[in-house]
Amino acid sequence: MDDSTIDAARALGDPLRRRLYNYVADSGEEVGRGQAAEALGIQRTLAAHHLDRLAEAGLLEVVRRKVSGREGPGSGRPAKLYRRSVHEVSIQLPPRDYELAARVLAEAVERHGAEESLHAAAREEGRRIGAATEAGSVLELLRTRGYEPEAGPEGEADGSGFRLRNCPFHRLARDFPPLACGLNLELVRGMLAARAEARGEEAAEARLAPESGRCCVVISKNNDS
Amino acid sequence: MSTPSPHPSFHLAQINVGLLKEPLDQPSMSGFTDLLEPVNALADRSPGFVWRLVEEGEPDATKMRPFGTEVLVNLSVWETVESLWDFTYRTEHLELLRQRRDWFHRFSGAHLALWWIPAGTVPTPEEGGQRLETLRAKGPGPDAFTLRDPFDPPATPQFSHP
Repeated sequence: MDDSTIDAARALGDPLRRRLYNYVADSGEEVGRGQAAEALGIQRTLAAHHLDRLAEAGLLEVVRRKVSGREGPGSGRPAKLYRRSVHEVSIQLPPRDYELAARVLAEAVERHGAEESLHAAAREEGRRIGAATEAGSVLELLRTRGYEPEAGPEGEADGSGFRLRNCPFHRLARDFPPLACGLNLELVRGMLAARAEARGEEAAEARLAPESGRCCVVISKNNDS
Repeated sequence: MSTPSPHPSFHLAQINVGLLKEPLDQPSMSGFTDLLEPVNALADRSPGFVWRLVEEGEPDATKMRPFGTEVLVNLSVWETVESLWDFTYRTEHLELLRQRRDWFHRFSGAHLALWWIPAGTVPTPEEGGQRLETLRAKGPGPDAFTLRDPFDPPATPQFSHP
């Protein structure tokens, strides 16, 4: 574990900073200082201070961009905006390396051509999660599993459904796209199916619709979500 | 993946082979054959697409079987590794890959190989077969590599294939 990981974790030790980080991460876009201050009900200078600390710790990235609609002195200067960093922070004590194990297992599945078993196992795991969840909605279930769901995709005929902003298996999906995305799709399908069955509802539908920068699975909403 | 500007002198050649579980005219293969036309059309209009092997008078190369009657071959040329990666994994093509075990046996040996060719040329299936063999024998290297372990184009236009 290197010092930058410790620094990143320590930066989140401050409750206000944690709220700011969550606000920027949840927004899924670039956030200005004024916008963040207003959302949290704090002073702009205070928000700026903490946003910069988060950026120094590598948790946020700073973007400078001209923002339209601003007037008055200084309006021509590019604004300082913040978005969640692509840099991943993970701390595991004692040291663990589950990702390495996942990569080796993925390679073995591929070599053996065991995709069918992988899909079945993922679907069953998803069903266990879906049956046990206490989440009040599909949206909340996906949120608790780290998918960061948001409304969309725009392409859907009725405008319903979710896109998932975060891929929980990001680096594995980068190296083993069909395997990791196939695993994820069955996991989500299992979750949705088991949750819906437990409630006597019709399950929302999950399918692959790959796009850069987010999870490859999209969900067609049903009435309960 | 972001797309860097294409290399002026080199293009990326790609071969992949698939061992059919059943002849293409069988009902069990219709999931695959139904996707052929739309996915090929998608490839043709993808950014960075240069060329793909097509049999004369046919829409694709599925009737060409240079490696045996049960082995399908894909042979194509792209501007960059990134353009091929994006088509392979960030389009409907991913769905085809996800289901590939429904239609194809696991292939012993390498089933996909990439290598750099002079821009403006096209590879032959025989050359592709040699690259697959190089990859199988030596693992990923500048002469034959994979999307997971890509190599940059050669610094100087030297082409030798051991």
